[in-house]
Amino acid sequence: MANISTNIILVITVTSIATYLSRCLGVLSSEKIDENSKIFRLFDCIAYSTLAALISKVVIFPAGYLADVDVFLRLGVVFLCVGSFYLFNKNLVYPTVLSAIILTTLIRII
Amino acid sequence: MVSSGYFLKGFSSVRSIDSPAISLACSFVAIGALLKNIGFNLKESFFSTFFTYALPGQLVMAESFLIGSSLFNIFIAVWLVNARLFPMAVSMFPLLNSEKQPKWKYYLSCHFLAVSSWIIMKKDYRTIHEDYRIDFWMGIGTATWSIAILSTVFGFMISDYLSKDMMIGLAIVNPVYFFCMLLGSIKNIVIGTSVILGTVLGPVFYLISPEWCILYGGVSAGIVAFIVGELNG
Repeated sequence: MANISTNIILVITVTSIATYLSRCLGVLSSEKIDENSKIFRLFDCIAYSTLAALISKVVIFPAGYLADVDVFLRLGVVFLCVGSFYLFNKNLVYPTVLSAIILTTLIRII
Repeated sequence: MVSSGYFLKGFSSVRSIDSPAISLACSFVAIGALLKNIGFNLKESFFSTFFTYALPGQLVMAESFLIGSSLFNIFIAVWLVNARLFPMAVSMFPLLNSEKQPKWKYYLSCHFLAVSSWIIMKKDYRTIHEDYRIDFWMGIGTATWSIAILSTVFGFMISDYLSKDMMIGLAIVNPVYFFCMLLGSIKNIVIGTSVILGTVLGPVFYLISPEWCILYGGVSAGIVAFIVGELNG
């Protein structure tokens, strides 16, 4: 048991360092970057596209619990929720709440 | 020190109607339950979110831990999935720079950088005087970070009452919320191209390299969007 606990502490430490590294290097790099520069605009584009890439990867090739659901079911829920987002005048509460309810219900029915 | 007025203004911004609080809470409740299921105790689950505070990274950590990956492999896997935080920091912290503010605030508060807090800051920074944006940011960050930690603890405690179907339901909330939020933040052709191209290229590059797909997809889509922006003046 002691071994497992030591391992978990090491795993948490390693995960935290790997995560803080990107945040910290980002702050370090941004000290010299002007908000009106081209390099700032380039990183702005990369930030948005990386987030989009991460989210679509999570939906199409998920890790964890979502992997047990059919990909068409996951995509269907996302499309329905995006539809409700535009339908309700870009209100974020509806798609957020609906997503969990629709998916849980569909899993039980199918 | 920290201006309490701006800090509190940032802190209370999570109460707005389009706040990420619900999505953040759902995701971290799921993380708390997941950590309990893979053998973490309450303190370890608490510290995982306290020190890491990055959902995809914690998921990768949990998966790697389960299959018994080496610490080095965990480091690389987490770094790759959380590398998005670098361009996010570079595209946000220049907006917060002020010579009147001490450096430690920037290096401490970058820990609060997450999609939720980043999107609020990018949306609201113009309303705050530039000398106090870092204090406002610390307020937003403290609020979102606290929600994540409390939700992790809550998820850990109620994990026995969460069925697998409910865990799956919770897991879809985060991508749906953030995808809608990204779509909502498309205000010009440049951001539009970034988001749409990133959405397509992320999974496409997964077929070539599952580990590097987010970086490859994100960077290539971002460069194309930047060129589109420059060509359109």
